[in-house]
Amino acid sequence: MQIGIPLESQAGETRVAATPKTVAQLIKLGHTVLVEKGAGTLASYPDADYAAAGATVADGADVWAAPMVAKINAPSDAEIAKLREGAVLVSLLAPARSPELVAALNERKITALAMDAVPRISRAQALDVLSSMANIAGYRAVVEAANEFGSFFTGQVTAAGKVPPAKVFVSGAGVAGLAAIGTAKSLGAIVRATDLRAEVAEQVQSMGGEFVAVKAEQQKSSDGYAKEASEAYNKAAAEMYAEQCKDVDIIITTALIPGRPAPRLITAAMVATMKPGSVIVDMAASNGGNVEGSVADKLVVTANGVKIIGYTDLAGRLPTQASQLFGTNVVNLMKLLTPGKDGEVVFDFSDVVVRGMTVTKDGEVLWPPPPVQVSAAPTAAVEAKPAEDPAVKAAREAAAAKAKTTRQLIWSALAAALVVLAVTFSPASFVGAFTVFALAVVVGFYVVSGVAHSLHTPLMAQTNAISGIILVGALLQLGSTNIAVLVMSFIAATIASINIFGGFLVSYRMLGMFKKEA
Amino acid sequence: MLEYFIQGLYIVAGVLFILSLAGLSKQTTARMGNIAGMVGMALALIATIADSLFLSATQPDRQSVPVTLALIVAVLLIGALIGTPIARKVEMTQMPELIAAFHSFVGMAAVLVGFNSFAVAEGAGGAVHLVEVALGVLIGAYTFTGSVIAYLKLSAKMGSKPLTLPGRNLINLIGFIVFFALMIWFVIGAEANPTLGWILIIAIAVIGFLLGLHMVAAIGGGDMPVVVSMLNSYSGWAAAAAGFMLGNNLLIITGSLVGSSGAILSYIMCKAMNRSFMSVILGGFGSDGGTVVATATEEGEHREIDAAGTAELLWNAKNVIITPGYGMAVAKAQYPVADLTAKLRAHGVNVRFGVHPVAGRLPGHMNVLLAEAHVPYDIVLEMDEINEDFADTDVVLVIGANDTVNPAALDDPSSPIAGMPVLEVWKADNVIVFKRSMATGYAGVQNPLFFKENTQMLFGDAKQRVDDILKALD
Repeated sequence: MQIGIPLESQAGETRVAATPKTVAQLIKLGHTVLVEKGAGTLASYPDADYAAAGATVADGADVWAAPMVAKINAPSDAEIAKLREGAVLVSLLAPARSPELVAALNERKITALAMDAVPRISRAQALDVLSSMANIAGYRAVVEAANEFGSFFTGQVTAAGKVPPAKVFVSGAGVAGLAAIGTAKSLGAIVRATDLRAEVAEQVQSMGGEFVAVKAEQQKSSDGYAKEASEAYNKAAAEMYAEQCKDVDIIITTALIPGRPAPRLITAAMVATMKPGSVIVDMAASNGGNVEGSVADKLVVTANGVKIIGYTDLAGRLPTQASQLFGTNVVNLMKLLTPGKDGEVVFDFSDVVVRGMTVTKDGEVLWPPPPVQVSAAPTAAVEAKPAEDPAVKAAREAAAAKAKTTRQLIWSALAAALVVLAVTFSPASFVGAFTVFALAVVVGFYVVSGVAHSLHTPLMAQTNAISGIILVGALLQLGSTNIAVLVMSFIAATIASINIFGGFLVSYRMLGMFKKEA
Repeated sequence: MLEYFIQGLYIVAGVLFILSLAGLSKQTTARMGNIAGMVGMALALIATIADSLFLSATQPDRQSVPVTLALIVAVLLIGALIGTPIARKVEMTQMPELIAAFHSFVGMAAVLVGFNSFAVAEGAGGAVHLVEVALGVLIGAYTFTGSVIAYLKLSAKMGSKPLTLPGRNLINLIGFIVFFALMIWFVIGAEANPTLGWILIIAIAVIGFLLGLHMVAAIGGGDMPVVVSMLNSYSGWAAAAAGFMLGNNLLIITGSLVGSSGAILSYIMCKAMNRSFMSVILGGFGSDGGTVVATATEEGEHREIDAAGTAELLWNAKNVIITPGYGMAVAKAQYPVADLTAKLRAHGVNVRFGVHPVAGRLPGHMNVLLAEAHVPYDIVLEMDEINEDFADTDVVLVIGANDTVNPAALDDPSSPIAGMPVLEVWKADNVIVFKRSMATGYAGVQNPLFFKENTQMLFGDAKQRVDDILKALD
């Protein structure tokens, strides 16, 4: 299929939906690519490079007339009008927040695929634009903060005095938050982070951050996104934020709930307690902001000298990288849509990823898709089990363990009594033999209980050879004049000696094979 | 004098055997342990031969010294001539069968020694002696047929499906009751009437043979590691029983050493498989897996990958874990796997092996195979050592393993293998399963791993496929 890559029309947009590299990959899948003149200029991809990769550089009209158009932002009304009826459109659409757009696309019988409606399942990560853009935005947020911050991020001891490291607080440990944590950490700052979902603490730590928990009940995510929090939680969280504001130099907030206004995490009063020169990056400014006083696309300086950055184009500030990642997401989508690698686009609605992304098709609105459960989250079956109070459980286990010990004690006592009885009424020779037996059993038990797993087989061959010791018994009987006894002991001795020779040798051979790395 | 000299040698031999087993529990001391065992055995034999010759020289009712000596030499020669080539030639993949076969020898020898001991009435004499004889014959007979069945199952000369007769526990119980009745009759009546005694002791042996046959036949092939180690233990007890009959301390020491070490080894295995120790000792276990086969068929879609794709994944990976199973042994894929490991390690890929305690048909079977193919043992790790690391692993190669990597053991309480600790391979980014077909494993349970999103199947003979990957890497 022919894929058109238009020049982005939205003001301030620097990205493009394909790069020379991804164009080549699309062509490999059997597609042809039309790139609008100058589409990649702002992202540092000149037209000549696209042409070299195999794309045709064309005028806007031709590009928009292609049977499939891939772009970054949702098309304007004028652009929708330019689309061929029944064409396939791939772009960010935010279908939940823009019903008019969906209706307009549907009217033109466009098959619209929303790059921002990819189900959050592990297989779909390869085409999740929200993740790839959030990653870039998280990085850039730290860079922006560093740009406005008047000091080092890293602590230093210099001839001119000691410099303490900057303290960075990241709210929300999603993709953007984790990227911000990693970036700030690698600049040398002390990084703390919080999130509604207590289970992400480990991820925060893995990026080098310190997890700050809110002391209230926890939330579990079943669809990969954080949900809105409860009353009590909000109160505890507010206290925690107030405390952090007094302490840290940089705050980066990333709390966004899809399709909802951003939660207000930091009030003006909290901002007022921050040190002059502190920087806040509000990554949710486009949806109303996590920080009171943040303005979308603006840098605001408060009365006490705190800078609040509300840029909404953080990913677009790294246009080259962002275009490459977006383009790769598009390529991965096309891989899913062209299973035959022959340029034939197939819509397989039994695939939850394709189904989830498709907003309109053939004059039918398919949004919202049926819900998809994220595989990574704990399943309902596990949660359905009534959670046992840990104290009760511990008590029950302790009781069970005690009962078991008592049982074992009784059995051991019984066994000991039996042994004593048996020995009391036995002939002297048996008593001696039994003593030896009992001690040898215990010795065998202790000698072998620590055996390395890898040596089980050689050990078995060895014990097998050793149990050929029964040869000793047979050999003593071998001198008998009773012919039956003689024959039987001869056979017994022979097979036992096969055992001895074979067992020791095989064990020796195996042990010779175990070699440590030189 | 000579008698005390012999006893002295026996004590030294006993101590050497203990050191031998102790040495074999660690890699660094294993060679020493092996040698200690050989020296101990040599000393024991020297002492016994001297004893036997001395008896022939002094006692009137024995063969002359030269005849005794000739017989002993003949026995040892035959043993060496048969045992040595077997030990030299045996394939490491056939190790389980060999060990099972050797166990049957000890069992048979114990039965014969028991018969002889009854015939010549050595040792303590009286009721106690007769009890010892009866017990020794029973354990020996049981070990013999049990081992023979295990050998046949392991060498695929007999179907590995568990034999489930109706009321098999009752059959076993009746068997033991009959044995006790016969033993009591034997103790009471044998001294007065030797003919009756012979009939009874042979009946006891037959009971032992039948019990061994029935109990091991009832155990599924997948549970053989535990069975082999149990039989190892039984062969020890048989030797110990012979020691009691003959009043020979060395036999008692050695037999009970082997018996208790085999038992503890089985216990370790049972824990690894989350099975009850008692149910193994009593036999008939592993049959539960067989009956649920039909119901546990959870189907799904699996994805395939080719050797070239696998090669590419491996070449670009940082951490790779290989989890081998019995299928690797069957295909003799350990050599190409070792080559692949060496190649990837030379390229800077961190390749390690994760071995499940019951992988293969013998405890530690995989370790021996990998060692044979010169995989350094320090990159071959146990399940507990490596299970944490799967989450950070790029590619896991599951070669011929199935039940030991089955997530149903943890997720599905109704699964026949529920609760068995398994290698959590599915936590890795990519899992590639080498398999001949989509058939189920030994436990007969469907494996949801094959239908996971990060799992890809590489069908075909494991050796062939690994060779293909090696070619693709060249």
